[in-house]
Amino acid sequence: MRKIAVLSGKGGAGKTYVAVNLAAAAGKCTYIDCDVEEPNGRLFWKPEDVRCVAVNTMLPAFDAAKCTGCKDCVRACRFHALVYVGDKPRVFSEVCHSCGLCQMICPEQAVTEAENPIGVLEMGHHGSVNVVTGILNPGEASGVPVIRKALEQAGDVTIVDCPPGSACSVMESIMDADYCVLVVEPTAFGFHNFRMVYELANLLEKKCGVVINKQTEVYLPLEQFCAEKQLPVLARISYDSGLAGRLAGNEIVSECVPEQRKLFADILEQIGGVL
Amino acid sequence: MRIAIPLDENKQDVCVVLARAPYFLFRDGEEELIVENPAARAQGGAGIQVAQFLVDNDIQALITVRCGQNAADVFTSANIKIYKSVRKTAAEELAAFAEGKLEELTSFHGGFHGTHGS
Repeated sequence: MRKIAVLSGKGGAGKTYVAVNLAAAAGKCTYIDCDVEEPNGRLFWKPEDVRCVAVNTMLPAFDAAKCTGCKDCVRACRFHALVYVGDKPRVFSEVCHSCGLCQMICPEQAVTEAENPIGVLEMGHHGSVNVVTGILNPGEASGVPVIRKALEQAGDVTIVDCPPGSACSVMESIMDADYCVLVVEPTAFGFHNFRMVYELANLLEKKCGVVINKQTEVYLPLEQFCAEKQLPVLARISYDSGLAGRLAGNEIVSECVPEQRKLFADILEQIGGVL
Repeated sequence: MRIAIPLDENKQDVCVVLARAPYFLFRDGEEELIVENPAARAQGGAGIQVAQFLVDNDIQALITVRCGQNAADVFTSANIKIYKSVRKTAAEELAAFAEGKLEELTSFHGGFHGTHGS
């Protein structure tokens, strides 16, 4: 099983462009969109035979008839997600981590777990590419449970489209990746956020390669950083308004532009040699 | 009537934060008691924890500069009134309260969960 994660730190650097086209160049694989707050890989794939599965977290439910008001659960909750007020326990769902401790600790067995829907997985295919999209319901605090569920769908070869940034949701997305493709814009802002994701990937001891996207001129600090850390630059993609137009039109460019197909096949080959 | 006010380290001034205030002053008639806040160093959910602490101390009113939505929900469920603090010291606020000069706090912040990119 091989899992390649595509991440960038800064949003808009080209994660989805790279992830979708890598998957298309791979041909037979599973593409998983873990950018659950704004999953847009599906706009390119237009997947067929889509089925949806709900993603739930577990929340405690309290049986008022059995509860004696001892507050053991309130004291035990290390996230302070529970209160006992007005003679009944109550949970703050956005603070609860679904650990189940309150249920274990209740001496009266007054706590059960209830399913709390927080998102859905959309699963379909585009030719021989399985397309999995994690979608978090608006207003939910954490996408991590949706990301976990989405990653369970991984196949023999999997391309993971990560969320932007370098927070918990990104860490979750790359946790069991074999290789991280770091997409970076050669600008001061792009480089700053790139270093943050590099630090994260490095901390998790991931093999990494860099795709420099939308290059108009060489950004020296980035080049020096890659050389210093011995990070292979897998590709340099020049800024091209024609390409931007095709992407804005939701085209999978490696399917219809021969140079793009070659570019992504070449990246895959370089990664294949490292795995 | 039992009233609570979050206190600063000097145990006199009203603390600008609620959940992580180092101390609380409880005033009940003529009696005053200063107690350490058990939620001050909570990793998360401090607002909920402090609300539970204040509910357990049977207060009927809270005087505070600000208050998060989660804690406000708990206070509402417990019929605890929340008043807005605009004076420097707890003694000044209690005097103003006795004269009926305090206004109720009606706007609550959404909490700081996940605002640091977690």
